[in-house]
Amino acid sequence: MSASATPTPLESAATAPERKRWAALRDSDTLYSFLHSKVTIAAAIVTLLIICGALFAPWIAPHNPFDLREVNLINSNLPPAWMAEGNKDFLLGTDDQGRDILSTILYGSRISLSVGILSVAFAAIVGIVLGLVAGYRGGAVDTVIMRIADVQLTFPAILIALLIDGSVRAMVGGQRNEEMVFWVLIFSIGLSFWVQYARTVRGSTMVEKSKDYVLAARLIGIHPIKILFRHVLPNVIGPVLVIATINLALAVILEATLSFLGVGLPPTQPSLGTLISIGNNYLFSGEWWIAIFPGITLAALVLAVNLVGDWLRDALNPKLR
Amino acid sequence: MPETAARAPDPSPVLDVTDLKKHFPIYKGVLRRQVGAVYAVDGVSFSIRAGETLGLVGESGCGKSTVGRTVLRLTDPTGGAIKVDGEDITHRSRKDLRPYRRQLQIIFQDPFSSLDPRMSAGDIVGEPLKVHGLADATERRQRVAALFDRVGLRKAQMNDYPHQFSGGQRQRIGIARALALRPKLIVGDEPVSALDVSIQAQVLNLMMDLQKEMGLAYLFISHNLAVVEHISHRIAVMYLGRIVEYTDKRTLFTSPQHPYTESLLSAVPVPDPTIKRQKRVLQGDVPSPVNPPKGCHFHTRCPYAVDRCRVEAPALREVKPGQLAACHLR
Repeated sequence: MSASATPTPLESAATAPERKRWAALRDSDTLYSFLHSKVTIAAAIVTLLIICGALFAPWIAPHNPFDLREVNLINSNLPPAWMAEGNKDFLLGTDDQGRDILSTILYGSRISLSVGILSVAFAAIVGIVLGLVAGYRGGAVDTVIMRIADVQLTFPAILIALLIDGSVRAMVGGQRNEEMVFWVLIFSIGLSFWVQYARTVRGSTMVEKSKDYVLAARLIGIHPIKILFRHVLPNVIGPVLVIATINLALAVILEATLSFLGVGLPPTQPSLGTLISIGNNYLFSGEWWIAIFPGITLAALVLAVNLVGDWLRDALNPKLR
Repeated sequence: MPETAARAPDPSPVLDVTDLKKHFPIYKGVLRRQVGAVYAVDGVSFSIRAGETLGLVGESGCGKSTVGRTVLRLTDPTGGAIKVDGEDITHRSRKDLRPYRRQLQIIFQDPFSSLDPRMSAGDIVGEPLKVHGLADATERRQRVAALFDRVGLRKAQMNDYPHQFSGGQRQRIGIARALALRPKLIVGDEPVSALDVSIQAQVLNLMMDLQKEMGLAYLFISHNLAVVEHISHRIAVMYLGRIVEYTDKRTLFTSPQHPYTESLLSAVPVPDPTIKRQKRVLQGDVPSPVNPPKGCHFHTRCPYAVDRCRVEAPALREVKPGQLAACHLR
């Protein structure tokens, strides 16, 4: 036993945690497996590029597609700059209203990503809380929550999103505004994804709650809700991060699908899906760039996020190490 | 140390348990009707004084761990009474139980699942102090450091996480956590059975030193008679949810009165191959606690069983001064 070794003074121990955390990160298997997977590095770079492009769109976009003074109908339907009729001001061409495609993509991914991230966050919070409660309490509470989840799982996510979206529209009537459409979209996408989180968290919670450290926490007299969040949650959060990453890609696609179907964001506030939907009308008349470039961006984003998620799943799974 | 025999009720026991029962209901069918129960603990009485260790032995499934957990109110008793320092805590709510949490703590069997893997060792030991608001951050750190020192860990290890410790060291962390609130009684639920034999001795000696220093009372649950003999003052032998024999250590090992204790003692391995002993191997298996035998629970395997044993359950009574056994034939 190392107990017999000479004791170190308390002061030196106090500065240790930060240095230790860095050392732990440097030595961790996770970082090692990241640096040794070229595909993951590429995917992470693509993801970061698109996120940065979306984040800094107002500063890096060559035009502001929503500023009507900058939009000129004379410039409508211009092909990309490298083509014969192209204009060097519009690198990827323009759409039917003369908006620069590159700029709309940057602004569009901003909307796509915020819908994706917010709806995943919403789904994760609902799912984690319900999963923790179901797993920890068990009994009737567990049965009710999980049966609702089972029933919801029989409907495809897109159908649920359409249903919620449609009923909100019907309730609000014609006076809906863009701001609200945005939140309704997040709500409906989020609500169609919570089941996965709830199931995963419930399963892990049931395993963790029978472990002695939870009993020890109860014996100390900690409130059950505090036990859930302080002790159980940190031990079940790993798989949730993986699901969240993969779900982010799914949420972006679901938003694009809804927008493509015309129930998502309006053309004045175009997301990547809306842009593809607009471009779809011109695909057969030769203006392919309106649909193709946002499509490529969407595909690249979804693929990259998925690859990062896949890697994360493998890296965090001790059985695959 | 009091080597006197079992005499209930004691003048001032830290823990006094009377006729404790814990039945786990079994539900079946769509309507979840109760079709039976597991009679895990079925009328157990004992008491423990300050500075005393009561060893609770029996084979697996006899309900000894359930006794420990029920005494701590981690599961609610079906019947009986639990008194801590004369206060009845049998039916106290979680909130009213809080002051008593400080007096009763536990050391677990599995040193791997008993520590939260996401918390540093120092935080684990300091958490009871934090929850009960007993010390501010600086004082807490000092007290945790003192506890680490006391259980034989280095202060520098306070920032390490459980996976960086060995099994024996983790058990020391568990002991430090149990000590943090300065309890009067610690339940040891097979605290050394997951450890190497050499480490077992270290941990046992640590527990005995702490007892002398702080006047702790232990309820020491184990299936290992040698370990129980080393640490206990008095021993209660359990079989299928009931105590069959209850006496001080020396009497139990020299003149056991219950036939089950006899065969249990004859099964203890002796580290000397030249000694020839008469082994009394029991026939059959432990009956299911869902459907325990009528009369004496042990009659199905008892070599001396008579008709009375099959009908009437024997009471735990004083068969010799200071020695209690539940057998019609003594």
